[in-house]
Amino acid sequence: MTTELTVARGRGVEPRPPRRADDEDVKVPWRHRLTRLDVRYTPYLFIAPFFVLFAITGLFPLVYTAYVSLFDWELGADETPFIGIDNYVTLVTDSQFWNALVNTLSIFVLSSGPQLVIAVLLAVLLNTALRARTAWRMGVLLPYVASLVALTIIFGDMFGPQYGMVNDILEFFGLGRIDWQAERWWSHIAIATMVNWRWTGYNALIVLAAMQAIPRDVYEAAIVDGASKVRQFFSITLPLLRPTLIFVVVTSSIGGMQIFTEPKLFNPAGGNNGGATNQYQTVVLYMYQSGFQSQDLGYASAMAWVLFLIIIAIAGINYLLTRRLAGTGEG
Amino acid sequence: MGVYGPLIAFILGSVFPFYWSFVVASNDDSADSPLLPGGKFFHNAGRVFDTIPFWKALGNSIIVSGTVTLSVVLLSTLAGFAFAKLRFRGRGPLMVFVIATLAVPTQLGIIPLYMAMAEFGWSGTLGAVIIPNLITAFGVFWMRQYIVDAVPDELIEAARMDGCSLLRTFWHVCLPAVRPAAAMLGVFTFMMSWNDFLWPLVVLDAENPTMQVALEKLQSGYYVDNSLVLAGTTLATVPILLVFLVLGRQIVAGIMQGAVKG
Repeated sequence: MTTELTVARGRGVEPRPPRRADDEDVKVPWRHRLTRLDVRYTPYLFIAPFFVLFAITGLFPLVYTAYVSLFDWELGADETPFIGIDNYVTLVTDSQFWNALVNTLSIFVLSSGPQLVIAVLLAVLLNTALRARTAWRMGVLLPYVASLVALTIIFGDMFGPQYGMVNDILEFFGLGRIDWQAERWWSHIAIATMVNWRWTGYNALIVLAAMQAIPRDVYEAAIVDGASKVRQFFSITLPLLRPTLIFVVVTSSIGGMQIFTEPKLFNPAGGNNGGATNQYQTVVLYMYQSGFQSQDLGYASAMAWVLFLIIIAIAGINYLLTRRLAGTGEG
Repeated sequence: MGVYGPLIAFILGSVFPFYWSFVVASNDDSADSPLLPGGKFFHNAGRVFDTIPFWKALGNSIIVSGTVTLSVVLLSTLAGFAFAKLRFRGRGPLMVFVIATLAVPTQLGIIPLYMAMAEFGWSGTLGAVIIPNLITAFGVFWMRQYIVDAVPDELIEAARMDGCSLLRTFWHVCLPAVRPAAAMLGVFTFMMSWNDFLWPLVVLDAENPTMQVALEKLQSGYYVDNSLVLAGTTLATVPILLVFLVLGRQIVAGIMQGAVKG
């Protein structure tokens, strides 16, 4: 009765039954033909929304951004002259762009490094026989669900130079107050702290899931061989976590290169400049400033494309680095 | 034992900013570094309602996140079902394409998207925020992974034997089976949409904001009144904390499962 199998079993490849000559026979009742049309074309209707929407809101903007980047395209201007790669040339010689790129990288490194170490340690803690396991996991995850804008504003207040809570604590302990907004590296540390606060627990849960997938008997064998807990951690746990650590580093680097909300809201007076001397302006914040404050859409578009390429490159480098660092195991 | 100490310290660190914002929000702005909550919270909250269209922003955020969530779950399940269980020409390459699009950062398209929205006259409307987020590659991928195992082939075949169209099969066989994965996708989509900032900031204005945009406007005056601003952030945090208390267990499970599969 059925010559087409609509169902693909698992991921196995099932040989298609040979087409029969009477397949297109006119005597086939219309109902069956309808079914055949359904089977053949409905899958495309099911996946169409994704492809149509991606074409409109993903692919078109990406291509059109490349197009706009070749013009001197000011918002509201009458003419938008074609200038070729001039925007890119300007970008490469624009010290503010390089400054923003260094800031972005700096904030990313300051955040992802400590974050990964703490997340792994936290996962080790969560992987012990705890009472009320779910409650601890939820507690660790709390920062992740909180409103990003609200919490960035709260942190900005805590790091305020004059009335901020952090400086009050420093002073209480007899340490000097720090101008978290004006000093370049301190501002990076403050912003990285926000990022770490938000994402460490989330990454700990991802690492925890991977830890629980490690078979018990590997550890039992190590215990028989007399390996200490620390030795077990470095010789078994860490190498077996490698794929997960790669995943965490690559996703956080993609996110880290696009950081916007934290530097945008860090200091209410900082606006889109990322501080008086752009000391904590990131690339996306500079792009936002060029496009929507200076209204230079062509230049902002060029920046968007360069950032896209940088993100791909950094994700790739991270992938290779993490592969190498996280162990010497197979392939 | 030695485990609980560091865990408690970590969780205190997680909770502290919430507590601190309430301390500031419930005191006078002129109070010099208070340590304990004061009695001015409702007074400051009242000033928030006078300064920004708080309830409108809350309603807008619920509308945007609700619509986006419903759409992402339904459309992703539909596409995931096709990729997992139906056989059609080009299935493999198309799925690879879906996964590849995960690497395209959508924020980088904001300039042409903004131009398009201005062209269509949609700038300032909630539709401009909703439309680019109606479906995600992650959603399609997530649902496909789940459906491969969760929906038995025999059930689909049986439905077909009974003369069910594919759409009916989807509705009556697939949807009921994927509820757990759909619920998780829904929770995550809702949170992501609720927290979205850059695009709403670009395309919406102060009269018709989402919650995140309204908070930014609250903070960006010449003189920053911390009690007022943090009263606003506290108010805006309450709904999401309630959601977390109710659904936290599922969120934890979702993250841990997503990592295993993903």
